[in-house]
Amino acid sequence: MPQDPAERRVVVSGPPRRARRASGYYRPRTEIDEQTTLGHTYVRSLMRSQLRAALAVFTVLVLLVAPLPLVFAATRNTGAEWAVLGFCLYPPLVLLARWYVRRAERNEKDFIRLVEDR
Amino acid sequence: MNQDYAVPAVALVVLATVLVGAFGLRVSRTTSDFYVASRTVGPRLNAAAISGEYLSAASFLGIAGLVLVQGPDMLWYPVGYTAGYLVLLLFVAAPLRRSGAYTLPDFAEARLASQQVRRLAGAFVVGVGWLYLLPQLQGAGLTLAVLTGAPEPLGGIIVAAVVVATVAAGGMRSITFVQAFQYWLKLTALLVPALFLVLAWQGDGAPRDAFAEPAAFRAHRVVRIGDDLDLRLSRPLDVTATGTVDGLRYAGQRVPLAAGVHRIARGTLLSFTRRDPVPVADRGSDGDMSTSLASGHGKRPLYATYGLILATFLGTMGLPHVVVRFYTSPHGVAARRTTVAVLGLIGAFYLLPPVYGALGRLYAPELTLTGNADAAVLLLPGRMIGGLGADLLGALVAGGAFAAFLSTASGLTLAVAGVLAQDVLPSRGVRHFRLGTLLAMAVPLAASVLVGGLPVADAVGLAFAVSASSFCPLLVLGIWWRRLTPPGAAMGMLVGGGSAFAAVAATTAGRAGTGTLHALLAWPALWSVPLGFLTMVLVSLATPGRVPTGTAAILARFHLPEELRAEAKA
Repeated sequence: MPQDPAERRVVVSGPPRRARRASGYYRPRTEIDEQTTLGHTYVRSLMRSQLRAALAVFTVLVLLVAPLPLVFAATRNTGAEWAVLGFCLYPPLVLLARWYVRRAERNEKDFIRLVEDR
Repeated sequence: MNQDYAVPAVALVVLATVLVGAFGLRVSRTTSDFYVASRTVGPRLNAAAISGEYLSAASFLGIAGLVLVQGPDMLWYPVGYTAGYLVLLLFVAAPLRRSGAYTLPDFAEARLASQQVRRLAGAFVVGVGWLYLLPQLQGAGLTLAVLTGAPEPLGGIIVAAVVVATVAAGGMRSITFVQAFQYWLKLTALLVPALFLVLAWQGDGAPRDAFAEPAAFRAHRVVRIGDDLDLRLSRPLDVTATGTVDGLRYAGQRVPLAAGVHRIARGTLLSFTRRDPVPVADRGSDGDMSTSLASGHGKRPLYATYGLILATFLGTMGLPHVVVRFYTSPHGVAARRTTVAVLGLIGAFYLLPPVYGALGRLYAPELTLTGNADAAVLLLPGRMIGGLGADLLGALVAGGAFAAFLSTASGLTLAVAGVLAQDVLPSRGVRHFRLGTLLAMAVPLAASVLVGGLPVADAVGLAFAVSASSFCPLLVLGIWWRRLTPPGAAMGMLVGGGSAFAAVAATTAGRAGTGTLHALLAWPALWSVPLGFLTMVLVSLATPGRVPTGTAAILARFHLPEELRAEAKA
């Protein structure tokens, strides 16, 4: 009977979820959100893995490109210079880019799995 | 060249730009629409827009001209323009997008919490932007002059007017559509004529001597020398001259020229016979895109090649119109994927200019002497095919060239106007953005009309060198190094970028001397980039107390995937 005050609906609410989670078992997500020292360590580890991926691809790029002017100057083979600079260098550049993107996205996925505790 | 078709083609491109821009205007309503297209541009549209914006006059006309005049060493330019995007992808793309800033000064302020660094970065954006706008306007003037004989400043004025109108009216959203449209237009305008030219080359028996050094004349050819020049001969050569050679007048006589340098007066007609090697011209500054003060003296030293590689590989990330585009991606992952698509698109485009350069060496080698090498792309269809087909192809190329000037100029104008509207003019908002647009274009336009003669290759090289030695350290260290301080960033930008600027300014003014000193000043990137990095690191280490307090949180925002951040805010 709706008129009966004893039977009126009430809203039941618990304590905030985050607080409960913090008091429960430890979660890396919370550490990052609340910017604790441990949270910074997590971010640092992500930065380091991303920087390692970038430097690896950059090193390949340098090794690929840096000797070329010396080689062209030494061999004086203009035909090769036309072929390499006009065409052959572009496919490796795109492949390197795709390699890096795959690595960077995998790093991020691993990181999310780590901090979400899945 | 037949202007009956070329002029309507240019007019059509201009009209189409305005129309596509107007379409963008209908959907561009808020301030956020204006600057960053409300961040809803998908990777494919954005990649086409970035590529369309990036392929400038220097790419469309300049590379073919440079290769024609100076040989395959110049192919490092397109390789560097492309590889610059790879370096940008590796170190900057995703964190820059996640930083959530609109422009480079915004980035500097967000990272370092310093108004001074913000203002300094803004000054560099405006400086680099103006430097890069200058060659676009000059290229437009040159193209229109070659096509119609119009006075040189006219092309620049047309481009400036159209750009100011589209940018001020529609902002970034309309520019995204315009740029994407112009990428495909530019690709078509270079690809279709190239196919016909290669067919014509095949029909000609596919001669291979384009790759020979030096280039040689394939047929009897009379060349009219456009401006006084010094001709450098490695072997003796007999020519027929009408005019003044080495101070002596000739009227159609045979002149035996010994090996060495010979002075040819302007207006002289030289006729070469088949198989004569094409002599090399030493020329001063004449405002031509292909004759660079930095590289016009004999054989390029290896040092200059490495300087060029370093400047283009590292300079791309700091070009203001390139950086601004990354804020239009919806998130960091999309920014990365967009960059890969851009690499593919510009890589595909850059396969074409070398074709024009090689064919130019075969069929129009005398352009090295007439001072119009940049017109090679425009003139080749007429030279190799002839007739109505050549006129139509020539018109297509001319339209594409104008698309190149318009797209790069609008991107740069947008970036410079953004800085002016936010940091220089008194209040923010759309009206001040429009005023900023006008100001952003007025200065380089005035400079191109008044000064005129800065060689375009130098202006482009200067922009890349300054950006590589100022913004590259700021971005890379700002994103990856937590101990960067505001004084370090400011000193690094000033010392690195400032010294690069001073070096190329000295070269351009002809005060750089000769030999090693000249090479060092003409290609400063090799020492100014390490100098910029070193200053930034050392000054930062010397001022450890000035590390901004929020650094850890900011770096977390740069690097954490959006999924984590969105939940953190909720």
